[in-house]
Amino acid sequence: MVWPVMDVLTLSRIQFGATIAFHYIYPPLSIGLGLLLVIMEALWLKTGNNLYHQMARFWTRVFALTFAIGVATGIVMEFEFGTNWATYSRFVGDVFGSALAAEGIFAFFLESGFLAVLLFGWEKVGRKTHFFSTCMVCLGAHFSAVWIVVANSWMQTPAGYHLVGHGLLTRAEITNFWQLVFNPSTVQRLGHTVCGAWCAGAFFVVSVSAWYLLKGRHVDFARKSLKLGLFAALGASLLQAATGHLSAQGVAKNQPAKLAAFEGLYDTVSNAPLVLAGYVDEKRERVVGLAAPGLLSFLAHNNFHTPVIGLHEFKPEDRPPVTASFLFFHAMVGLGMAMIGLAALGFLYFHHGSLPQRRWLLWLLVVAVLLPQLANQMGWFAAEVGRQPWIVYGLMRTPEGISAVVKANTVIASLVLFTLIYFLLFAVFIYLLNDKIQHGPHADDLVPAGKLALPIVQPATEERK
Amino acid sequence: MNAIPFDLNSIWFLLVGALFTGYAMLDGFDLGIGALYLFTKKDEERRLLLNSIGPVWDGNEVWLVTGGGALFAAFPDVYATVFSGFYLALILLLAALIFRGVAIEFRSKQPMRWWRQTWDVSFAGGSVLAALLIGVALGNIAWGVPLDQHGEFAGTFLGLLTPYPLLVGITVVALFMMHGAIYGVMKTEGELHDKLREWTRRCIIFFVICAVTLTMATLLYVPHMAARMRANPWLFSVALLNMLSIANVPREFHHGRDRMAFVSSCGTIITLMALFALNIFPNLVFSPQHPENSLTIYNAASSPKTLGVMLVIAGIGVPAVAAYTVCIYWIFRGKVKLDRVSY
Repeated sequence: MVWPVMDVLTLSRIQFGATIAFHYIYPPLSIGLGLLLVIMEALWLKTGNNLYHQMARFWTRVFALTFAIGVATGIVMEFEFGTNWATYSRFVGDVFGSALAAEGIFAFFLESGFLAVLLFGWEKVGRKTHFFSTCMVCLGAHFSAVWIVVANSWMQTPAGYHLVGHGLLTRAEITNFWQLVFNPSTVQRLGHTVCGAWCAGAFFVVSVSAWYLLKGRHVDFARKSLKLGLFAALGASLLQAATGHLSAQGVAKNQPAKLAAFEGLYDTVSNAPLVLAGYVDEKRERVVGLAAPGLLSFLAHNNFHTPVIGLHEFKPEDRPPVTASFLFFHAMVGLGMAMIGLAALGFLYFHHGSLPQRRWLLWLLVVAVLLPQLANQMGWFAAEVGRQPWIVYGLMRTPEGISAVVKANTVIASLVLFTLIYFLLFAVFIYLLNDKIQHGPHADDLVPAGKLALPIVQPATEERK
Repeated sequence: MNAIPFDLNSIWFLLVGALFTGYAMLDGFDLGIGALYLFTKKDEERRLLLNSIGPVWDGNEVWLVTGGGALFAAFPDVYATVFSGFYLALILLLAALIFRGVAIEFRSKQPMRWWRQTWDVSFAGGSVLAALLIGVALGNIAWGVPLDQHGEFAGTFLGLLTPYPLLVGITVVALFMMHGAIYGVMKTEGELHDKLREWTRRCIIFFVICAVTLTMATLLYVPHMAARMRANPWLFSVALLNMLSIANVPREFHHGRDRMAFVSSCGTIITLMALFALNIFPNLVFSPQHPENSLTIYNAASSPKTLGVMLVIAGIGVPAVAAYTVCIYWIFRGKVKLDRVSY
């Protein structure tokens, strides 16, 4: 067998893409489930209904599993900037490194520290302390999203820096920290990312609960979880569409080549169409498919007639890969729409009271756990492929960023190793997750034990005064 | 370097050093527990060992992540050179840390014997390999790393596995085993406690042998380290402090003051790291063949502006981290017991 010849650049890109895609299955679940855990515990504290305690306990066990793999695969990411993208690291360390270090200090410590109390502190601490810890874990997970999106957004829309030095020694240095943090794309991209994470958590809860209803197991538990999950799923997926719109407007303004690639738009035109379904014929430089005229102009500029910049305005070597960008972007949008539809339908029938009878919908909701996962992946693929050929938009090209001293066969070795480990991890994850779901919530979790059993001193009467 | 200049670069040298020292002190004991883990065959005792570190190992590992992030931010050239130069060693370290981390989480989730055996071996093997590789990396930095005129690594993977770095690696394994064993003594009771007591004695002997050998090897074979000590006699006081810390470990342990023995073990780690740091300062990566190519805290650093911003971030973050880390250790104080939420 002849191995296809691949250079360090291609291999490093494959390795980074594969490891980040695998990693990104888990943090959105941690963020989304984290938020739902906070809501469940808050409801428990407020109502005293122990069903909420049982819910919090069950979903915490699932949370622990996703968190462990998230941490294990996350360390890889931090190392890979240095191992595979050393030249990039030298160029951006001053700016990008700061955001990563802030993530460590503000997010990871908070998350992992209080995770101890969340997982092992049941029965060791009081209800309020436990609730506080859950809030801190959730906050830590959100902080990590903030800093990593700050870092990534700086790669998309660099700001608050200046370039120092010449040739090989050029590097970016911070001039204004807050401009770096709030660079032109941070806020909308953060909103869009976090909503995607909430969707992942919400649809996960919905999926497992719907399956219990289908099987007639843990019905009370499943109903309460489903209600909460559907509510969160609908809210998050609607917000996701809104933040997506803002994000698209940001891309139109800051990275027009990326938007043009998303839509396969070659000529700058007014009344630019939004492609609903189709593909890009790169040879003939046109899109084949169904398009809604003027809608892209409207999405990008809130006006049906404003021209949208096409790919012809950019030199061929400055254009992102069109077909890939187009496909990832449209897959993301399609999946997002499907999520809104399913969540709305489920929510409607749930309130109508007829959801348990509509088994087809319950089955769809079971499968729907994949939608936000795929949409999150597609969205990041679109964002990162659409940034090409730049590693830092407009400043450094991707091939310039790789490590000077690393050889192709070395990267092949690490790539093979990571592939094997990650397949194994994923198989074990699915196996254990299935096991936890099959076991279901513990019946004795309906009775809080240890310090949790102590009645809380009623602050409610005081607050009403 | 008779007077250490007090500037942002030195402060960041200190801070990055403090983060890695914190990592060695905290993850050191749970890696050590991992290295000792297979010596007990009983399932319940293994579970007790796992649960003694259960709530905290994850947070301990964050010290490494944040240390890496701080190195990236403060000294990007060092981060880039070392991480790309030590590529395979670091990939192996990642694999080791992944396996030991998920093994803790996965191991007790299923009762099958083969399942538990597999993850037990992953946990122990990953822990030993991680400690060894961390030591080898440290040993290479101490020994000196070949660098070209761009500050890029000019050696090979096998060139990193020479006797001196391997000796440092073994010493780190021994140190962590001693550190972990004392931690285990503090956290357990009954039969397992007595076993750990016996292991601690052996680990102390193992570590002392390694430490003496390493000291001799350093003075004989690492001329720039020895020269630094001769030129700065006050450094000898740090070495003396280190020796006293090491000697105090068996002393406290013999008198049954386990907590003080653990503190001494922490002191050993701190003084060892201090000795190492003071010996390389102001270099971060020393190139013995071409000293002019060495990466120092000045030629490899980020801009003063960034170092200042980062100092503010550290000033806000580090006290908060210290405060709640102490609280969390306090919540989980006392002997470990198995209950419903245990691994």
